Amino acid sequence: MNKPFGNIDAPNHVTGKSIYVDDIPVMAGIVHIKIFDATIAHGIIKSLDFTEAEQVEGIVKIFSYKDITGENQIGGIIPDEPLLAENEVHFWGQPILLIAAENEDAAEEAFHKIKIAFEPLPVITNPREAFAKGKLLSPTRKFVLGNTSEAFMQCKYVFEGTTESNGQEHLYLETQGAYAHPTEHNSVRIFSSTQGPTAVQKTVGRVLGVGMNQVEVDVARLGGGFGGKEDQASTYGAMAALVAFVLKRPAKCILHRMEDMRMTGKRNPYSSDFKIGLDEQYKILAYDATFYQNGGAAADLSPAILERTLFHSTNSYHIPNVTATANSCKTNLPPNTAFRGFGGPQGMFVIESAIDFAAKQLNISPTIIQQKNLLKDGDEFPFGQIVGECEAANCWNELVANNQLEKLQADIESFNANNKLVKKGYSLMPICFGISFTNTMLNQARSLVHIYSDGTVGVSTGGVEMGQGLNAKMMQVAAKSLGISTSKIKLETTNTTRVANTSPSAASATADLNGKAVQDACKQINERLFAFIKEELKLNDEAIAFVDDILHINNITTTHNWKELILKAYLKRTSLSAKGHYATPVINFDKTIEKGHPFAYHVYGTALTTVTVDCLRGIYEIDAVKVIHDAGASMNELVDMGQCEGGLVQGIGWMTMEEVVYNEQGKLLSNALSTYKIPDIYAVPKDIDVQFLNTQKDNLAILKSKAVGEPPLMYGIGAYFAIRNAVLAFNPNSNITYNAPITPEKVLMGLYSKK
Amino acid sequence: MIEFILNNKLIKTTQPSGSTMLDFVRYHKQLTGTKIGCREGDCGACTILVASFENGKLIYRNMTSCLMPLTNAQGKHIVTVEGINQAELTPVQQAMVDTNGTQCGFCTIGFVMSLTGFVMNETAIKYEDAIKAIDGNICRCTGYKSIEKAAKILIDKIAERPTNKLSWLVDNKFIPPYFIDIENRLKQINKTAETINQDALPVGGGTDLNVQKHHLVKQSVTNNLFDASHLKGIVVENNEVKIGASVTVTEFAESSITQTIFPNLAKHIKLVSSTPIRNMATLAGNLVNASPIGDMTIFLLALNAQIVFNTQRKIYLKDFYKGYKQLDKSPQELIEQIIFQVPNPTSLFSFEKVCKRTHLDIASVNTACLIQLNDNNTIEDIHLAAGGVAPFPKYLANTILFLKGKELNNDVIKEAINTMQNEVAPISDARGTKEYKLLLLKQLFLAHIENLINIEELV
Ligand SMILES: Cc1cc2nc3c(=O)[nH]c(=O)nc-3n(C[C@H](O)[C@H](O)[C@H](O)COP(=O)(O)OP(=O)(O)OC[C@H]3O[C@@H](n4cnc5c(N)ncnc54)[C@H](O)[C@@H]3O)c2cc1C
Ligand code: FES
Ligand code: FES
Repeated sequence: MNKPFGNIDAPNHVTGKSIYVDDIPVMAGIVHIKIFDATIAHGIIKSLDFTEAEQVEGIVKIFSYKDITGENQIGGIIPDEPLLAENEVHFWGQPILLIAAENEDAAEEAFHKIKIAFEPLPVITNPREAFAKGKLLSPTRKFVLGNTSEAFMQCKYVFEGTTESNGQEHLYLETQGAYAHPTEHNSVRIFSSTQGPTAVQKTVGRVLGVGMNQVEVDVARLGGGFGGKEDQASTYGAMAALVAFVLKRPAKCILHRMEDMRMTGKRNPYSSDFKIGLDEQYKILAYDATFYQNGGAAADLSPAILERTLFHSTNSYHIPNVTATANSCKTNLPPNTAFRGFGGPQGMFVIESAIDFAAKQLNISPTIIQQKNLLKDGDEFPFGQIVGECEAANCWNELVANNQLEKLQADIESFNANNKLVKKGYSLMPICFGISFTNTMLNQARSLVHIYSDGTVGVSTGGVEMGQGLNAKMMQVAAKSLGISTSKIKLETTNTTRVANTSPSAASATADLNGKAVQDACKQINERLFAFIKEELKLNDEAIAFVDDILHINNITTTHNWKELILKAYLKRTSLSAKGHYATPVINFDKTIEKGHPFAYHVYGTALTTVTVDCLRGIYEIDAVKVIHDAGASMNELVDMGQCEGGLVQGIGWMTMEEVVYNEQGKLLSNALSTYKIPDIYAVPKDIDVQFLNTQKDNLAILKSKAVGEPPLMYGIGAYFAIRNAVLAFNPNSNITYNAPITPEKVLMGLYSKK
Repeated sequence: MIEFILNNKLIKTTQPSGSTMLDFVRYHKQLTGTKIGCREGDCGACTILVASFENGKLIYRNMTSCLMPLTNAQGKHIVTVEGINQAELTPVQQAMVDTNGTQCGFCTIGFVMSLTGFVMNETAIKYEDAIKAIDGNICRCTGYKSIEKAAKILIDKIAERPTNKLSWLVDNKFIPPYFIDIENRLKQINKTAETINQDALPVGGGTDLNVQKHHLVKQSVTNNLFDASHLKGIVVENNEVKIGASVTVTEFAESSITQTIFPNLAKHIKLVSSTPIRNMATLAGNLVNASPIGDMTIFLLALNAQIVFNTQRKIYLKDFYKGYKQLDKSPQELIEQIIFQVPNPTSLFSFEKVCKRTHLDIASVNTACLIQLNDNNTIEDIHLAAGGVAPFPKYLANTILFLKGKELNNDVIKEAINTMQNEVAPISDARGTKEYKLLLLKQLFLAHIENLINIEELV
């Protein structure tokens, strides 16, 4: 059999042979694009003069919105965002002009010769201020279950508070970029670093004013995406395409890191209010939450992100009465966007803060409230879906048992009693994450499988490989479906002419959707192939299948092999190609009543985080994170483990050191890797121990192997509470608020503050 | 003309001496294995190996090619991933594959190059050394645990490595056979860059210049100080430590002289940038850059160091800084030497630094202290400096004045902290609010004297 393998690109990655957009050998006559962007977060463009800049030797042309051949519009969900600003700019870093140059030095020189004057307008960076002024990107959404106002009156304890969670820069190591060249028939081909090839295609078609069939988008792989290239890659695809289309020359637009950081949106920051009510036994009877999402200057994906915040507003808990209200607020920041978890983590942070706050007021451990309220089969989510195949308690109980939680609690208490300037803290973080695009329409995928006459196989899907190991899984699915070894299979680039109308690689659903589409294509081929074989070998009702390239008849090995039979099938004019299609069954959601069954299934898990805080310096180390994760029947443990560990560390980064800082004028201060810090090898937990809760339940996951991309990120929220608890162990009177990330600054100020 | 060996090829190029090695390998030699993640030394995606003769021995070190001025390659061996690739994966590459240490792959060759440099380093054998080798490599995908496993595999592999290592490394396919001959080939190339005129831009490792003034460096005639032999070396003469201006932070950390004087040196230096940056960063570059939070500057201020210019003018470092990036130095003056007295063996030296991320980050506040107590617990001598609390690296003269001759007790410390807080004026920025920096300065001062007095009542 095939020996276990992780990412199938790994041998090429380690030798530097994998090709990313900027590595594609460019054609002669390449034009480099540099973006001239706004240096004010909100204002009117009073004057703009680039005549001198255009005279710089090596400048081919400078593009303004007037040079756009189609529509100056890139908004995905809501058409509210121009590609190039016209009269008004809405965020610092908003593209205004495109400098197309023979080389980067010329572009740089021209950049500094462009003269622009702005008339400043008021800048809003805070979502609550935007809300107060009525600036919303989309209508307010509200999920209601039961009746909270009545339920609060039944509660023995009611607590209210506010929370803040900051944004997060994606920091995919490969910056945004695209390379385009004109093709025949007034068409254009774009190599894009995008999670959404169709999104790029659609946007380019609109901007150029041509049909989608005149736009080909090809994606080999991404040097990281994390949501940041779901929608926002379209901008740079459109820029490269426009320049190539107008100049009839190849054009490349690769962002410098600092450009990427200031021009692109990030995880949406949230400011939220909560009210939580419990009975005597600490059962949560009622929960009221209002979310103010910082959407930035345009809708982008924020309305959809907002929706997922609501879907996960109660995390892994059953609460019979819930009112969750969410507002997407328009501010003068770059349009914020998808980021692993897609609003879910932001919602979970609020309920976890509410539970923690209640526990602190009641002088009990939050784990008591958490554990008592875990979801179970038959419970109803606030959006009407009934909980089934619930693993919440299984994960929790196994984790608690494996790690002897009571002993650990006692050890930490005694450590803290014996150490004045060093304190330990811990937390438990259960998660429950719904799998499927919440927009039901997007839950469809297609594949194209070719078997060549020599028996080798080419597989195309609509999914994009960005490190998550999608192609490894697609290869496994194809190998299993066809009964052949993986060495015969090649995964092709993702290309809109081979697989059309793709949904973006997002929502953790890529492997499920595209894997099932691959299964469908293989099934069609198998049907035709087996019909041919039966005829050829004069068989009747025998069961036939390939196992490791060898034909088996009624489970018995034969001397016939794949290669030989494929050639024969071809010679007998059997179709050896198929297009597969999959649309997730069952799921539905009715936005008019905010009820339905939006998720194919849920992923559960629980994390135990322990930390040590140096109370003299206000710095901390994460000692260990132990996780029980509901992976279903993992089809690739190396890949799934990589997603768990990587997601966890990214979540810890969001909650601890990653601090997006804008000043009051809306200028990004954390604008480079020197000022925005993500975890390095010394910052990660010393010990990460992820155990899979191996289950074999029937569900809609591909080969029963549950989606794994996003859920582990939310384990990182545990780090926030563990650190906070250690701070409180040093200073029980600390005024530390529920404001993430918990940077060394917040820790030190918390350690030495007074209520 | 710059002459060096790139992988297995001799290069003679007339590309600008201040252009970066990254652009040269990627866009002039089409070696696209080397990636661009930030162009400011902070991600490691562009990591290469650079070999030069150190005390007559050819030593390979990892560096970030995005900051390396081409001129600094003169007479050296430059290795990109293409230069280690062989028919089969090298053990380093194989370990990364086996542990699934790569996901999106964009950071991966950086790790591969750093780990290859590690296995080529004769003295590094421990797991901590392997991790140190990749402390300048950022990965956004994996969470590093799989990469740690790859490092462990390599530790086991090199356990059998003999001291006569090069042929062993070749035999075990860590590096291709052509490496054997590199030393001889390099000996035929001139070691020093072509001489240039007086007005050329002085360049050390380029780790500040290429971050802040990339376009200027690219267009300038450069004066390569990094390899100037008269600016190298650390010696002790007449109880004075004399350090060449172009000594790198790595060389400073690896010197037996400094290691003897500062028992905690490794711990201190671990807080300064990353291995590849330390391999490039010179001490003079840190001093002249005049960043208010320069680590080596704060370190040297607390030793009351002096600097010697090429004009033979000699001044105290504390007098070098006049205001934000304002120096007591004419444009033609170059630092040649840094000198400090060997501290009294009974004195205590301490360096503290806190940032958002403990490693590979710029300080919110950093501070260093050299303190000597006499028998009756009185402060015989003290030097104290702090960064991040003033427009330039601050020698805390008032606090020092106050403390000198005082008995070390709680009241004195409290008053010293008062003096200190009045002597500084931090500003709020991306590295912290002014209130935080003031509190942090106090805390770190207490950390300096943690071993001399019970500070629990002082926090
Ligand atoms: C990713 C990264 C992390 C960093 N982390 C840290 C850190 O943790 N702590 C820290 O302190 N710094 C840090 N730095 C800054 C930098 O590495 C140091 O300041 C380094 O010491 C600069 O030395 P260099 O040789 O590279 O200087 P260069 O960039 O070569 O030069 C800097 C300046 O000094 C001048 N110069 C150089 N040598 C001389 C000389 N002999 N005489 C006169 N002028 C001279 C140059 O003309 C230039 O103006 C970091 C930089 C990077 C890129
Ligand atoms: S490109 Fe990031 S360190 Fe060089
Ligand atoms: S594998 Fe993607 S950044 Fe490391």
